[in-house]
Amino acid sequence: MGMRKVAVVGAGMTKFVRRAQETAKELTWQASRMALQSCEMTMDDIEAVCLGTAPDAFDGIHMNGEYLSDGAGAWRKPYMRSYVGGGTGVFVPIQGWYHIASGLFDVVLVVAEEKMSSYYPHAQAAFLTIFDHTTERPLKPNLLWIFALEMNRYMSTYGISKADIARVSVLHKQNAADHPCALLGEANISVEDVLNSEVLAWPVQRYDVSPVSDGAVAVVLAAEHIAKRITDKPIWIEGVGWNLDTSYWTNKDLAYPRYVEYAARMAYEMAGIKEPRKEIHIAEPYDPFDYKALHHLEGLQLAERGKAVQLYIDGTAARDGNMPVCPSGGLLGVGNPIAAAGLMKIAELFWQLRGEAGARQVPGDPRRGIAQAWGDLMQVGTVVVMGR
Amino acid sequence: MNYRVAIVGIGWYGYRPVTPEVSYKEMVYQAAVRAYADAGVDPRKDIESFITVAEDFHEGTSIFDEYTPDQLGAALKPMHTIAGDGLHGLATGYMLIRTGQFDLVAVEGHSKASNILTLPEVTAYAQDPILNRPLRMNTHFIAGLEMNRFLFETGTTPEQCAAVVVKNRRNALKNPAAAYGANLTIDEILNSPPISWPLGKRDTAEEADGAIVMVLASERLASNLTDQPVWILGAGWCNDTPSLENREWGRIPYVEQAARMAYRQAGINHPQDTIGFAEVDDTYSYKELQSLEALGLINPGEAGLLTEAGFTAADGDLPVNVSGGSLGSGHLLDATGLARALEVVVQLRGQAGARQLEGVQTGLAQSWRGVPTTSGAVLVLAN
Repeated sequence: MGMRKVAVVGAGMTKFVRRAQETAKELTWQASRMALQSCEMTMDDIEAVCLGTAPDAFDGIHMNGEYLSDGAGAWRKPYMRSYVGGGTGVFVPIQGWYHIASGLFDVVLVVAEEKMSSYYPHAQAAFLTIFDHTTERPLKPNLLWIFALEMNRYMSTYGISKADIARVSVLHKQNAADHPCALLGEANISVEDVLNSEVLAWPVQRYDVSPVSDGAVAVVLAAEHIAKRITDKPIWIEGVGWNLDTSYWTNKDLAYPRYVEYAARMAYEMAGIKEPRKEIHIAEPYDPFDYKALHHLEGLQLAERGKAVQLYIDGTAARDGNMPVCPSGGLLGVGNPIAAAGLMKIAELFWQLRGEAGARQVPGDPRRGIAQAWGDLMQVGTVVVMGR
Repeated sequence: MNYRVAIVGIGWYGYRPVTPEVSYKEMVYQAAVRAYADAGVDPRKDIESFITVAEDFHEGTSIFDEYTPDQLGAALKPMHTIAGDGLHGLATGYMLIRTGQFDLVAVEGHSKASNILTLPEVTAYAQDPILNRPLRMNTHFIAGLEMNRFLFETGTTPEQCAAVVVKNRRNALKNPAAAYGANLTIDEILNSPPISWPLGKRDTAEEADGAIVMVLASERLASNLTDQPVWILGAGWCNDTPSLENREWGRIPYVEQAARMAYRQAGINHPQDTIGFAEVDDTYSYKELQSLEALGLINPGEAGLLTEAGFTAADGDLPVNVSGGSLGSGHLLDATGLARALEVVVQLRGQAGARQLEGVQTGLAQSWRGVPTTSGAVLVLAN
């Protein structure tokens, strides 16, 4: 007997904003309600709930998943929270997928939330506690600092210029100008604006980085026989993959994300994809920094190593190009409420593949897309391939 | 799809009140090596996916899943963390294998409670930050409220709760892994210092350090790997409301629903006739009684009386927490459910030594995630 097919049948998302007035629980409730309404379902139809949210430190709540459970609708229902750091947003739909593919459930609600603004004065301080308590924390590293190392390594290995990398930020922020939930959409931004922005940790400048944000996203997953009753346009989860590398990030070459490659190969194999560059029509790689989108396109086998920037130079990555990259606007444009940002990419593929993306719609009836997230200490890749 | 899933390898380290000689990574490594040797598998070649159960604040590290792969041999492998109890981890492994995409999965849980200098303050941070935290309620205080309501609704007495402690800590004397085995009397329990009346100090399980790893396999592989597969007949889990204001206090509907889910998968209509022994949550003495009733293994209101009468003793009709439970073995934080399941596997394999039960075929493990959660999980296992 083959694998049970699982489809996305509904999606909802809150605005991504700098300081939400709502509590984290209210944000999850809003996204869940919108997702259910989008497919005309109620909580009575939902058999289980999966939740994704990154570190408890943001909300300052121990067992934050338990606290958020009723906001996500998990009252007297099977409920679990998964996490793989920044990769959580694309992992939580994988969690929903295995709930249904296992045969235990037919309809599952998948919710991702992040409220980073509760952390005062800045969420970056929460990241001080992600480092190894013995070997790294005494050095007081922060995330910008270690990703500056990785960006430097990527640039020097392949001889890529800052001006070329800035094209990523420009395209994504321009795309986000068409997204009604976006925090940093800017239709008129230029490469010079990026290169002239404040230096945070060389070579990372302010416009190279996605903003700290609050927001929530939810999607409804259903087994084949239910999905076909709910909608004429189910979007199938064709392949999933995830991979976690060693904690010792200092011991590996940062120029290439091997863990993303392994996760992508797992998903491609499941989806029966042999030539991803021909068979993937839309890519939503994880782009918390502009160079990361390039890094991940290479890991996803959508570009040769060190050559991903060509997709931006020759227009392939543009919304009307051959393989649009982050037509949503990505994290750089829409915002980066960590777990919610990953699930936003799944929601974007759902809308794009159904032809419901409005001003952001990619032309030419795209048939298949890929969403990817990344996280931990430059360590984890999560990948979902979706198709009509 | 793979319909049947078996536990084919088990390994553990501990449990002890303090473990100054090892880090959590070393404990996990020890447990993992034993589990892999027990299953006869190589984690680098054979195991296809790995799961850890952990919570950031228990570890003192944000995004703790960063530190999960190396000691398990899981680097560059599909691995993820569940912010849940060990039984949630086992249920996740069960689901992964049932998808048909995986045949061999490892599940890990650990506790390094002795590293946590301020556990009461940490657990209090699980309360609603707006409505509850300003009241500055201690975790055990909330358990005391629940115990009071349970005693009131069911007519159970503090003496009957104390009988649970006497039983479990005596059972623990026969379990070499248990940290808190003791020969106590009912009076010694009742006279222990009150924490939150009617809850006394000895009604409360103390934490221990330990690590547990289990290897799960599809039916196809299980028969190649071992002569003694322990089959997962059913897994259930459920959350009620996280709000203290809206929940039931005498009953625990989340365990009732989790049990129904597991029994339905296992095809069990009459759990009292089918389940031979159980390892249930006993974070607090009254929890064992409340859980047994919610699981349908004892009729409502009778668990206290039957415990006093020896029904749940190791030589009784329904042996409960023969391992010593959390009261006798030590509470293992997120790994607690794995410890309950571990004892069920050991008993079903006939490897329990001095505490071995005769002729057992079907056992149940159940867990609760502690105050202030309403999160419970149930696993039904058979040989």
